[in-house]
Amino acid sequence: MRKLALSDEILLKVDKPARYIGNEVNMSVKDLNKIDIRFCMCFPDVYEIGMSHLGIQILYDMFNRREDTYCERVYSPWVDLDKIMREKNIPLFALESQDPIKEFDFLGITLQYEMCYTNILQILELSQIPIYSKDRSEDDPIVLGGGPCTYNPEPIADFFDLFYIGEGETVYSELLDAYKANKKQGGNRLSFLEKAAGIEGIYVPAFYDVTYNEDGTVRSFTKNNNHAKDTIKKQIEMDVSNTYYPERPLVPYIKATQDRVVLEIQRGCIRGCRFCQAGMIYRPVRERDVEILKEYARKMLKSTGHEEISLSSLSSSDYSKLKELTYFLIDEFRSKGVNISLPSLRIDAFSLDVMSKVQDVKKSSLTFAPEAGSQRLRDVINKGLTEEAILGGALEAFYAGWNRVKLYFMLGLPTETEEDIEGIAILSDKIAREYYKNMPKETRNGRVSIVSSTSFFVPKPFTPFQWARMDSSEEFLEKQRFLNRKMKEQINYKSIKYNWHEVELTMLEGVLARGDRKISKIIYDAYKAGCLYDSWSEHFKYEEWIKAFENNGIDPLFYTCRERSEEEIFPWEYIDVGVTKEFLLREYKRAKGEKVTPNCRQACANCGAKVFEGGVCYESQNQI
Amino acid sequence: MKARIKFSKSGSMKFIGHLDVMRYFQKAFRRCGINVEYSKGYSPHQIISFAAPLGVGLTSDSEYLDVQLSSSDSSKEMIKQINAVMSEGFNILSFKELSDDSKNAMSIVAAADYLISLKDGYEFTDDFEGRFSDFISQDTITILKKTKKSETMMDIKPFIYQTAFKKTEFFKKTGRNDNEAASVADVYENGTVVYLQLATGSVTNIKPELVMDAFCQYAGIVFNEYAFQYHRLEVYGDIGTEEERRLVSLNDLGTEVL
Repeated sequence: MRKLALSDEILLKVDKPARYIGNEVNMSVKDLNKIDIRFCMCFPDVYEIGMSHLGIQILYDMFNRREDTYCERVYSPWVDLDKIMREKNIPLFALESQDPIKEFDFLGITLQYEMCYTNILQILELSQIPIYSKDRSEDDPIVLGGGPCTYNPEPIADFFDLFYIGEGETVYSELLDAYKANKKQGGNRLSFLEKAAGIEGIYVPAFYDVTYNEDGTVRSFTKNNNHAKDTIKKQIEMDVSNTYYPERPLVPYIKATQDRVVLEIQRGCIRGCRFCQAGMIYRPVRERDVEILKEYARKMLKSTGHEEISLSSLSSSDYSKLKELTYFLIDEFRSKGVNISLPSLRIDAFSLDVMSKVQDVKKSSLTFAPEAGSQRLRDVINKGLTEEAILGGALEAFYAGWNRVKLYFMLGLPTETEEDIEGIAILSDKIAREYYKNMPKETRNGRVSIVSSTSFFVPKPFTPFQWARMDSSEEFLEKQRFLNRKMKEQINYKSIKYNWHEVELTMLEGVLARGDRKISKIIYDAYKAGCLYDSWSEHFKYEEWIKAFENNGIDPLFYTCRERSEEEIFPWEYIDVGVTKEFLLREYKRAKGEKVTPNCRQACANCGAKVFEGGVCYESQNQI
Repeated sequence: MKARIKFSKSGSMKFIGHLDVMRYFQKAFRRCGINVEYSKGYSPHQIISFAAPLGVGLTSDSEYLDVQLSSSDSSKEMIKQINAVMSEGFNILSFKELSDDSKNAMSIVAAADYLISLKDGYEFTDDFEGRFSDFISQDTITILKKTKKSETMMDIKPFIYQTAFKKTEFFKKTGRNDNEAASVADVYENGTVVYLQLATGSVTNIKPELVMDAFCQYAGIVFNEYAFQYHRLEVYGDIGTEEERRLVSLNDLGTEVL
């Protein structure tokens, strides 16, 4: 029988003990005597969130296909267990073997959002691994980071031995081989890091020095080790059909946030929305073969027993075989009680037909993400969704029986005026009007319900808005209040509900997104002052963060409320994502000129992603 | 057809709560491909019901669930098929067909047997058996029963059906003859145990924790809720009359599919 790291008493005292016992369906079990490399994969948030993440499932499966490697998992202990582990000095352990993480060769941490940074420090500290990479010894695991936040890893650079920049499927095997070879040759930590630095996509922060100008901007970024590369090139998988995909994903006992099979139908997005980091860093669009996807759907439903399958992509409607795949899923699995969920779908006749087949019209709602309230601002952000399309789609949906609409907007987009903000209220109202105007009373299914939500815009690296000034908290709040007033002025205001976000979290996210190495100390101090689970509003301690900024003499507004000049060296300048800085700057200028850029299928905008020699960049060429 | 499945729950799986066990079995049935029937509507669900929820932390030799199937293989085959998709800690022990008019497991549960073991490393009384015997031979055992709305005094004595300190003795008292049956219960070095048969179900539900709490109060010991491992040995339905109880294990209410 498996021995657990925690005693019965501790497990019975904490909330949801199933978070810490492992033994999930499809868990990998290996004989430690036949293993060369022990890798612990970490999602630095609570179990139910971490277990919902597709990326980890892919990597877990990929690593465990290697006979010489045992990949295990760890998630952030919840605050109740955190306290007990500190009191009793219990080292953090991996779920599979229940062994302490400090005994592992690697601790790989996925970085999905900035607000998890203090949780990384918790993982390191509870694992009894020194928080700063410079303090680690030969016996400590190699701590590496991957995922979207590595496109600017500088704020957390001091805590990591290396980062991997790119999609996980590509160079990890090379990295593990290098580790083994280094061990065999009697090499040490430094010689391994030097070897790793030679692999494309691997960034070893300690091998670079940063100097700053008097105004706080980056002056220089120079190598201090000959093995380091001048630029780190993002690595991606070009053949997304014939690559690793877990046929037997883990199935947790407690309900995860995503309690379903996730089928990734494509990577990247053709749309080129100017605020969207994912749309830029995952270029070019690469579709998965529809026959392979059908096979995966079958196998994964069978191996997990999930009662729901969800398609995953940045914009499902752009997948060329969407119709074929969707109708296949409905025909094949609907009768077996399998739910089909289709997020990020454009509302049109096809999607309405599909949705009416897979969900209860009376209970579900339609979702639009216009992001901005006016056509002018939608042109600025290159969101190719017109008012006509929204109203037309909504009306069709009303005819089909829906009466609930959700709308998502952002406040604080570059060039935004009061008119643009008011446009959010007006558009919400227009949809309601469409309902009352066109739906005869006797066919109405009660009142229409419009839920409009706004979040605050945070400029991200490697987007055309990476130079842009972000609004201050005061400006955001003023805009929010203004919109709230405008909402109440609408004729149908009783049918409209307005939801908004918290502003403090946004300000911090802005700092962490475009921060530099000076921010590491802020994160450290905030963590030591008790900050943890910052993305959970009930645990977010804004005052402690502000104190940390003050104590270190750093002005957060330097990172947020400041337009960058074209000459400024970004902290993430050394990363090459394929999409060029010239293109991003061109796009920024077009944004200011309110000029729309066609999507990748309409015309090539020469973004630079062609260097990857595949995907959508070569689609039309193939057709000729 | 209606089928009754008996399974054991042990090891780290004792930390999986009742609702999650239900979800676990729904997914397991999908994995092993048995033909479970679904309810109608937009969100169809499997027609399953569990006999008596087992609390977090408890292990069991005899958990029961009833499931509606559109077809079935032999009991032996079905057990094999479902066990092929079980995690370590869940083990299918029996598969029986129920008559169409049989009542569902939950509604007939009347009693359950428990083995209560003192975990190692916890302070407890010497001469446990003697003091527990004194405790149990009182005319009444009154406890304060707290519900969300009120607190009432309750005599639990009539609902403690059997007590023993040895397995053979307990099995004799409860009329069970599967003395050899392997148990998944954890064994502790200190060897302090007590066997109890308690009223269980929707009418009167006496948890073993409640009895141990009452004993500790009687004996003047601080009740430590983490000191004992509670293990369920069997669950019974009552096929007797109002005057006379006749307990039958839920497993005996079905027939083997050959």
